[in-house]
Amino acid sequence: MTASITVEGLEVVFDRFRALKGVSLEVREGESYGLVGESGSGKSTLLRAITGLAPVSAGTITVNGKTLGKTRDKAFYREVQMVFQDPYGSLHPRQTVDRLLQEPLAIHGIADGEKRIERALDEVGLGKGFRFRYAHQLSGGQRQRVAIARALILEPSILLLDEPTSALDASVQAEVLNLLEEVRRRRKLTFLMVSHDLAIITHMCERLMVMQNGEAVETLTASQLIGHRVSEDYTRNLLRASEGFVRA
Amino acid sequence: MSDTLLEVDDLRVTFPTRTGLVQAVRGVSFSLRRERLGIVGESGSGKSQTGRAIMGVTPPQAEVSAKKLAFDGMDLLSMSPRERRALRGSRIAMILQDPKYSLDPVMTIGRQIVETLRTHEKVSKAEARERALAMLQAVQIRDPARVFDLYPHEVSGGMGQRAMIAMMLVTGPELMIADEPTSALDVTVQLDVLKILDKLVAERGMGLIFISHDLRLVSSFCDRVVVMYAGKVVEQIKASELRDAQHPYTRGLLNCMPRIGFERHPLPVLDRKPEWAA
Repeated sequence: MTASITVEGLEVVFDRFRALKGVSLEVREGESYGLVGESGSGKSTLLRAITGLAPVSAGTITVNGKTLGKTRDKAFYREVQMVFQDPYGSLHPRQTVDRLLQEPLAIHGIADGEKRIERALDEVGLGKGFRFRYAHQLSGGQRQRVAIARALILEPSILLLDEPTSALDASVQAEVLNLLEEVRRRRKLTFLMVSHDLAIITHMCERLMVMQNGEAVETLTASQLIGHRVSEDYTRNLLRASEGFVRA
Repeated sequence: MSDTLLEVDDLRVTFPTRTGLVQAVRGVSFSLRRERLGIVGESGSGKSQTGRAIMGVTPPQAEVSAKKLAFDGMDLLSMSPRERRALRGSRIAMILQDPKYSLDPVMTIGRQIVETLRTHEKVSKAEARERALAMLQAVQIRDPARVFDLYPHEVSGGMGQRAMIAMMLVTGPELMIADEPTSALDVTVQLDVLKILDKLVAERGMGLIFISHDLRLVSSFCDRVVVMYAGKVVEQIKASELRDAQHPYTRGLLNCMPRIGFERHPLPVLDRKPEWAA
């Protein structure tokens, strides 16, 4: 299989703080790849560096065979879209769902907007009735569905997901995770997904990378993690922590 | 029972809104001894408002009513604000979710702990300092003297939450209400904080109300669990018997979370029935 995203020796520096210290990874086409780690581990920064939202100071990023330069062109964003963590912060409060979904279409000069909007809303399980509502008229789960629809409307091949369900209730989280799996299957998408929750990553992803302090700790397959076949103590700690509280 | 610490019978919290009255809590009843009780529910289930009503920090526009709301035999609702204030922080304490917002940003951690102590007890400044330092030690802060002089923004989330626990425990309360005490923390730090809380609650024989959205976490930490949905209690169950939960909502909540080693695609989702909220 060919590589969809290749990252080599990526460094991100904010002022004097090195948020990413030479991270490399390869995501294959059609694969779902997870990044796990605690806050400050650099997992979100890695996603943001790929989309061009974080300053890259060294290393290369290659997406679908094209090595990225300092800026991203429109063609890049037709291939790569991102869904952010907080559906309360990532939707414009004074725009209707319709307007939100039209924006990417206008930017990319896509003509069949009407059809695409209907299809996108349909695909994320929101009927036509939601089209002219504002974000504040929607629940958290519905908002995240709109954010996913906005990412899908350009028909990208890669979705970057930054903790897409951590702001949602457990039952709503299950619905959104199911939706993401379904659209991936239907559209043969590549996922690069960030989460602090090992259970979500093993549920959604085939391979994953554990990160700490801006560095890769280890790369595992989901089945290795499920079978506790891990080599680093840090990963073992994370695994233990994810099993919940145990009274000594 | 004489050893009942808190009795809640038919507690209701009502908020006036532009579109009429909204009942956030609709007739919640439970009693608490010196044990660990978990209150679980999703956002909007009324779990936090229940905790706040017991603590007496419901927003002023809301109305709290109950057939009985008694702490250690005293009726909380007929108390004067002054009596209520004396109780709050000394015999009933509350830990909030995020130390970033609940600690005073312009006051050192030490001063905040000393302030709590001196509000409720007549102690000299030197003694208050001693006790604050001892308390910081008890929440396993390695260098209490250094942390005492730090501002909240200078410490990590886990450290801030320990400082908050120290501040709440320094007066030796009998009832502790913890509202999502670890939700803002990383998983590994979460366990450290829970361990500390568990130890202190056990040592001091406090009653604990642990409010959380995480049913699995609560069931591993508490003796009993109250499950809330749409402002009502749908089920009360021993944590050890949670696997045999009867209510479909409780079972749905347990089921819908992905678990390591249990492959289920797609995940089961909650099929909400209108009669649950009835």
